[in-house]
Amino acid sequence: MRPRTRAWGAFALLALTGALAVASAMPASAQEDDEETPVDEPEFVRGRIQDKTKEPSKPLEGVELTAKKGDREVGEAVTDEEGSWEIMLPGPGTYTVTLDTDTLPKGVGLRDEDKASLEVEIEEGRAKGLIFAIGERTTTSRSPAERLLNLGVQGIRVGVVLALASVGLSLIFGVTGLVNFAHGEVVTFGALIAFFLSASAGGPEMPLVAAAVLALLAGGLFGYVLESGLFRRLRRRRSGNVALIVVSIGLGLFLRHVFLIIFGERPRPFTEFTVQKNFDVGPISLPPKDFVIIGLSLALLVAVGLLLQGTRLGTAMRAVSDDRDLAEASGIDVERVILVTWIAGAALAGLGGVFQGITDKITYDMGFTLLLSMFAAVILGGIGTAYGAMAGGLVIGVTTQVSTYWVESKYKLGVALAVLILAVLIRPQGLLGRAERVG
Amino acid sequence: MDIVEVLADAIRVAIGPLAAAYALAAVGLNLQFGYTGLLNFGHVAFLMVGAYGTAITVDQGGPLWLGLLVGVAAAVALGLLFGLPTLRLRADYLAIVTIAAAEVLRILIRGPGEDSLTRGVFGIQRFGNDFFDLNPFPNGEYGIGRVSFTERGLWVLTVAWALVAVFTVLVVLLTRSPWGRVLRAIREDEDAARSLGKNVFVLKLQSLVIGGVIGAFSGMLLAIDRQSVNPDSYLPVVTFAIYTVLILGGPASRLGPIVGAVLYWFVIQFTEGFAREAIRAGWIPESVLDETDIGALRFALVGLGLMLLMIFRPQGILGKREEVLIDAQ
Amino acid sequence: MPSETAAPVTGVAPEPGVAKPDPILSVSGLRKSFGGLVAVHVDHLECQRGTITGLIGPNGAGKTTMFNLLTGFDRADAGTWSFDGSQLEGMLAYQIPRTGLVRTFQLTKALAKMTVLDNMTLAATTQRGERLRECLVRPLWRQQEREIEARADALLERFNLAHMRTEYAGTLSGGQRKLLEMARALMVEPRMLLLDEPTAGVNPALLQSIFDHVRELRDDGMTVMFVEHAMDVVMGISDWVVCMVEGQVIAEGPPASIATNDAVIDAYLGAKRTEEAQTGGGG
Repeated sequence: MRPRTRAWGAFALLALTGALAVASAMPASAQEDDEETPVDEPEFVRGRIQDKTKEPSKPLEGVELTAKKGDREVGEAVTDEEGSWEIMLPGPGTYTVTLDTDTLPKGVGLRDEDKASLEVEIEEGRAKGLIFAIGERTTTSRSPAERLLNLGVQGIRVGVVLALASVGLSLIFGVTGLVNFAHGEVVTFGALIAFFLSASAGGPEMPLVAAAVLALLAGGLFGYVLESGLFRRLRRRRSGNVALIVVSIGLGLFLRHVFLIIFGERPRPFTEFTVQKNFDVGPISLPPKDFVIIGLSLALLVAVGLLLQGTRLGTAMRAVSDDRDLAEASGIDVERVILVTWIAGAALAGLGGVFQGITDKITYDMGFTLLLSMFAAVILGGIGTAYGAMAGGLVIGVTTQVSTYWVESKYKLGVALAVLILAVLIRPQGLLGRAERVG
Repeated sequence: MDIVEVLADAIRVAIGPLAAAYALAAVGLNLQFGYTGLLNFGHVAFLMVGAYGTAITVDQGGPLWLGLLVGVAAAVALGLLFGLPTLRLRADYLAIVTIAAAEVLRILIRGPGEDSLTRGVFGIQRFGNDFFDLNPFPNGEYGIGRVSFTERGLWVLTVAWALVAVFTVLVVLLTRSPWGRVLRAIREDEDAARSLGKNVFVLKLQSLVIGGVIGAFSGMLLAIDRQSVNPDSYLPVVTFAIYTVLILGGPASRLGPIVGAVLYWFVIQFTEGFAREAIRAGWIPESVLDETDIGALRFALVGLGLMLLMIFRPQGILGKREEVLIDAQ
Repeated sequence: MPSETAAPVTGVAPEPGVAKPDPILSVSGLRKSFGGLVAVHVDHLECQRGTITGLIGPNGAGKTTMFNLLTGFDRADAGTWSFDGSQLEGMLAYQIPRTGLVRTFQLTKALAKMTVLDNMTLAATTQRGERLRECLVRPLWRQQEREIEARADALLERFNLAHMRTEYAGTLSGGQRKLLEMARALMVEPRMLLLDEPTAGVNPALLQSIFDHVRELRDDGMTVMFVEHAMDVVMGISDWVVCMVEGQVIAEGPPASIATNDAVIDAYLGAKRTEEAQTGGGG
């Protein structure tokens, strides 16, 4: 094959994705200019109260809200006909905003009764949005056991998405020894592609399901480009491990900020499946999309497992992971195996990004935020194997989610990273799979 | 477009306190990464503990000199905390653990509320007054032509570059000694060093701690110059930027960190200024890039630069090709 | 062909685990397994002071692994071993050279990015300039450094490397690297050398030179044990030969007795056939 053609392919794809993204971002940014956070202005909290259980969702007028700093009331607001409200604050600080549930229309209440008061930290010159989730008034409050159970199930959802995103990270390490610090950007890439295809105002506005499939393919293509355009060449130059890590960090940094330029700083949701009525299975209450995500992810992970176990390709992958030279000597086309691993791993990561975007919002750095958790998952489970990433992902997901029962959720990432550090320190060799021989 | 102003601005930043602080951080990283080969990706944590050590001490009513001591002590403690458990790990694991540990620390500092010791997301302000009271320069503008500083800027600048000079000399003395020779052996092959009876672990720890203390000075300098610390100034991206500075200048070279920092900030500032002027002049359509994107553009450039440098010129400007890490293993 | 000087191991029965009159290295019950595979299982092995011992065995026999265990580069599951009065088990890799037992590696660890002279001076032990507190003050270590350099230069001269003194070690040929590694090991002032395949990747023209050096060292009173899997090479130089197969010592004795030992020949011929089908390292 001719390497030069491939390099052009890489540039063309980057240019294409760039152009596509810019084109779709243009009308969106024009339309949303008024929502940009103003700088050098006083601090605000704002939001919009809508009853999203109705189709189309119905703005609620006349709902009263108050903001307090400590015990002192600093502002109040009533929602207008759009359901919008805004409170100007006296300065940066921590505030509690309370929604007066008595002012809600009959039959409508907060989805979670405990969340009538929300705490918010406002930095200087910033405005923050607050969301009060409106739904059917639930009268029963949950027991601790039920809350833990629900957190556990949410943890499984976080875990399977994490696993899906990190299988590639682990497999790529397995076949090439590369610790890819740009893997998070592959995840973001998938989410952004799906966003521009489905939710962006100037885009084709496809159904999210179709966009997700295309994001999976685009992720694979992205993996192809990274491998054949960059990392294969570096391997041929016999670049050392340390050099490759630094290169992947540079690549990640570059891509992340290109995404920032294209997508903007503000987190944005997909337009579909944003707010759903919870679906109850016994004591477990989750939006249907979470059940679907768990199901789909598990199915894909099982498929990956079967593929690795049962097909020639899978065997070849494991052989290359075990001993590259031996695999090459026994006639395996190592470069092809590596390429396929990259494509498959990046495709799954791209889809993982879409799932992550559905449950949370899409941001330019969502993948990077996820990266350290992915490392945690991969190392915990045993780097280089797919099962390791899956098991590790689940453990990390459930641990972090359940930890929020005791620890404030802002420390969630800290919990994941603490698990990572402990895992590496306690069993670095065992987790790696096998010890290295000297000499 | 006022190209002269853009240029003057770029020079001002390239010789200013910011560049000096990055040079200092890179001097520390040079000892760790350049000479010892430690892939410390949590370097920003040393800057953070230095800055917070100082800020918290002063905020709680202590004098600034005590704050500086606390900052240094915090860096030593952090170096031991990082190093003792991790230095036996392979390079890639060390990278992951240090970046994770730095983030955990940042999350812990960021977590608590306004009334806590760290003041959470609000950070601590105005703790460097004692430093500015010592300023010997009378009020006025100092400089040549359009490249000029206020007496305050000149004071920070003088102290900053003096620190850079002192620590550069220290690192040169260290690395030219037999101690430094062992570091270079460790960088290339730990097992070879061990087979010759060298206590690799202790030397790595010493290198990490000394480099970390130098990083802490950089953090204190930046914080005092800004009169502000905030957890969100210590993101992993700062570490990456310091790596770019070091690799640009030349890892394991004496003056690499200085040359790297000056050039880095010149290029960054010039590109930003140029892009801003170009957008204003309408050369770049706003739909492609507007002024709010310039910060992002900077980091995109840093990333691209880091990647290209590592691929095409890993020895940077001043390093020796024969000694760099990238060669065939 | 036995070695020229009279072997000081005469009168010792050629059987595995036999006791020697003056052992400098003594190993007992050494075990290591990777996963389920037993890599090393040596009941007893002694090495006579002042001799050259060849350690042979087919690929995968556990020779390198045993070196790694003895020198602390890998942790044994069980076993005790002592060197010239020091118990070594439990010691860390860096502590063992300080007892006088120094090893080299199969894949040469000449530090390619340091000069030949730096490689040599690095290896000297108890350098004041390596202590953090003293390294900043040059006068404290200048004199010692001069002495070390003089010693290094003498060794470089002896190993025909003096002309490469200021070159990066990376510019040396494979054979020169092996020589450098050996010379460097001598800077530690050891009483015994463990050489892991000193001839691997060496140009045939240099082979003889390497062996001459090994013999000279022995004649100066050094004990040498070296791994090799080309049998003919070992026979020419060793005073005593130990043969390992599948982690165990199956035979030991003077070269002549090993060359005719049926178990050794069987193991070798059997292994040779599989070896031809594979590429890759030994050990």
